[in-house]
Amino acid sequence: MTLIETLSPIPTTAGAAAPLAAALEGWLRVVLLQDHNTRVVVTGTAILGAASGVVGCFLLLRRRALIGDVISHASLPGIAGAFIAAVALERGGIAKSLPVLLAGATATGALGVGVVLLIRNLTRLKEDAALAITLGVFFGAGVAGLGFVQQMETAQAAGLESFIYGQTAAMLERDALLIAGSALVAIVAALLLVKELTLICFDPGFAEAQGWPVRLLDSSLMALAVLVTVVGLQAVGLILMVAFLIIPAAGARFWSERLGAVLGIAAVLGAASGAGGTMVSALAPRLPAGAVIVLAATALFLVSLFAGPVRGLIPEGVRRLRLSRLVARQHVLRAMYEAAEARLPAPESGEPGPALEPAVLRRRRAFSPGRLRRELKRLARAGLAERAGGAWRLTPAGLDAARRVVRNHRLWELYLIHYADVAPSHVDRGADDVEHVLGEQLVRELERSTEATAPVPPSPHRVETTGEAA
Amino acid sequence: MSAALAVQWNWSLDGWIIATGVVCAMACAVLGNFLLLKRMSMMGDAISHSVLPGIAVAFLVAGTRNEWIMFAGAVAAGVATALLVQWLHRSGGVEEGAAMGVTLTALFAVGLVILVRAAREVHLDADCVLYGNLEFVPLDTLSLGPVAVPRVFVSLAVVFVLDLLFVLLFYKELKVASFDPQLATAVGINANLMHYLLLAMVAMTTVASFEAVGSILVLAMLIVPPATANLLTDRLGIMIGLSLVAAAVAAGAGHAGAVALPPLIGFPATNTAGMMAVASGALFAVALVAAPRHGLVAQGYRRAALTLRVAGEDILGLLFRLEEMAGDRGGALNARSFREALDAGPLLVALACARLRRQGHLARREQGYALTDAGREVGRTIIRSHRLWETFLVEKLRLATDHVHGTATRLEHVTDPGLRRALEASVGEPERDPQGKRIP
Repeated sequence: MTLIETLSPIPTTAGAAAPLAAALEGWLRVVLLQDHNTRVVVTGTAILGAASGVVGCFLLLRRRALIGDVISHASLPGIAGAFIAAVALERGGIAKSLPVLLAGATATGALGVGVVLLIRNLTRLKEDAALAITLGVFFGAGVAGLGFVQQMETAQAAGLESFIYGQTAAMLERDALLIAGSALVAIVAALLLVKELTLICFDPGFAEAQGWPVRLLDSSLMALAVLVTVVGLQAVGLILMVAFLIIPAAGARFWSERLGAVLGIAAVLGAASGAGGTMVSALAPRLPAGAVIVLAATALFLVSLFAGPVRGLIPEGVRRLRLSRLVARQHVLRAMYEAAEARLPAPESGEPGPALEPAVLRRRRAFSPGRLRRELKRLARAGLAERAGGAWRLTPAGLDAARRVVRNHRLWELYLIHYADVAPSHVDRGADDVEHVLGEQLVRELERSTEATAPVPPSPHRVETTGEAA
Repeated sequence: MSAALAVQWNWSLDGWIIATGVVCAMACAVLGNFLLLKRMSMMGDAISHSVLPGIAVAFLVAGTRNEWIMFAGAVAAGVATALLVQWLHRSGGVEEGAAMGVTLTALFAVGLVILVRAAREVHLDADCVLYGNLEFVPLDTLSLGPVAVPRVFVSLAVVFVLDLLFVLLFYKELKVASFDPQLATAVGINANLMHYLLLAMVAMTTVASFEAVGSILVLAMLIVPPATANLLTDRLGIMIGLSLVAAAVAAGAGHAGAVALPPLIGFPATNTAGMMAVASGALFAVALVAAPRHGLVAQGYRRAALTLRVAGEDILGLLFRLEEMAGDRGGALNARSFREALDAGPLLVALACARLRRQGHLARREQGYALTDAGREVGRTIIRSHRLWETFLVEKLRLATDHVHGTATRLEHVTDPGLRRALEASVGEPERDPQGKRIP
């Protein structure tokens, strides 16, 4: 048998065209949680998602995101081992009971974490290698163990595979209770330890110096990760359980800079992906439930990545666009001011500035014609410039704005000349970058330290102005 | 038991299984060396998961089960994974491990869903994705001339040769780019290109190994043999060679273990790929414990030898000081006094004394141990170093007189004759140290 053959289509079994009304009714039943069974499963995965979100935040901050990957893979030999041990001890009846299997999973999952730390601390191999070695070898042992289980003459053995891909729908009420209970314990423990865990995540050296038991706290964080992972195995499967620990936490960081808020948001994202994914997989039972939950989490992550207010790509892009517009507008204002500096009206006269051809402005600065036209129109909309025939001029308000920009530019130039010993011919470029971000207070400081008293100080270097020619 | 048949060793079957396992493990290991050195081991994990959607999409788009199209899809998916991880890390500001975790789980989930659903009822064999089907490899053969060779063996052998050629051709570039990407860029090697070429080769090797060992066990074959070799040597060329040996041994031992071990506890046989990973882990554990320089035993031995030497020197220094104070040559102390003075355990003191007696530095008297002439000379040297250091620390480094004893106690054990001469020259051969004690 080859992989290629396993991909071959098998014949469609069910007549797919179920009546629309029935489909809608089924959909409503799931979404409104009318089925007791659905209610149980959705609640269980939602609480699990919330707990993994909270624990995952700390793992992420501690730069241990991938430890969840190791824990979940390392639990497989424990599951197989517990099953084999229970059968060997003539306890076939309890062999498939969740607590027994989860006890085995916990044992090898924790052992896996220990081996990672051992390899990292005792050898010159780095963390990534320690993770990969442990993950690969433990999973290999688990696969070998499952090889035994499959040959056992116990019909029950078939169910063990569900730990790999997850079998959310098969969750029984007592399983859900176990999952929810353990997840709640993890949440409460994480919240009780929130101050200590925050400390070891942000500054372990300081925590150590303050006398906190860093190793113990680190171990408790790992224990929480093992707890959440192990109880989640059955719901989402071991390959994808790691997604629950990483994705909601990674997504939550796009929404806030404050840890408390990040924890809350990660819990919400985790719960929403758990509940949403479970509902979808209840409607489409042929889809692997773990994969659907992961895709739900990924969808929420993508929303956070693009739209999250703190570091989301769209808000970040908007901020960047705003800044570049501000810079462009100020450059046009300064160009219009300096181009006609010699024949400007007095500041309080209320007269507009002299009209300027766009070509004159383009000679001063490398505006493209289209860009310049756009910026001039924007200035006109803001009431800062107006058309005068084929040319443009600054309105009185525009003159005021331009005066401020030019003043900032020249103050910074003077500062560079006086205090940074930059040659007058070299200050223009430096001031160009800084003039846009000078705040009110900084400008007053500059005025004081450069002793510039005029409303607009004269330029320290030659400025070409058409006024001279006129 | 009916399955007893399967246990019997049969060279025409087991030979091919081992041969396939060996080329698979070696193809992975030769590339894994560079993943390990670049600290990107977990990228192997990410890629081995993400070839799944690559294969699925290639199958959907092309609509055929052509192997080359699936190869191309997998390689594209592998490179796309690397790019996605980098994009999430650079543009999104997501921590690198988390970026990998997000990418690999999301892509794996996409691959599962496509295979199960969108491909119109395509049947996904979970076993094949995860564990491979090394046991069934000999059943699907190509005839090359007179011999029938398993198809998977042929493709893995081709991939192994390609990997080997890649590493040999770009050895220098890979080496520089792995150890020092900035230097690589400075000398005109495109480190970024090497990075993505390496990842593309990893993806290709992964998809070829898929059928043999399954997606996750590829990771064990990629990283564990190179990590084993890394503990054994400090030279890259030797490390690559050793990793190939470790990979081949792990593959052979893995299959032998899968067939031979289970009958001992009453099972017919188990999964060869899984046992290959376990065998490579066992080799790694042996290297971890017994490697000549970096192994735990060697490290422990070095540390113990150092502790013993320091304790011995402290004992000689102690006896020398005693003679200095008492002014006679017969001063002797028993082991209990050593323990109290050195704040050391009875075992350490007993071992140190035994060593000193064997070296002829210590003689047994009625009252305890006393210095021999050779021992007195060593003790004198120690105390001389100690007091020279104290003088140096006070006079040259301007440390407080009552703060230098501890530092000098540590430095006296690492002061060789050359350093001592330099020290003498620096402080000008004084008669007495800052505390007024004579420098012997």
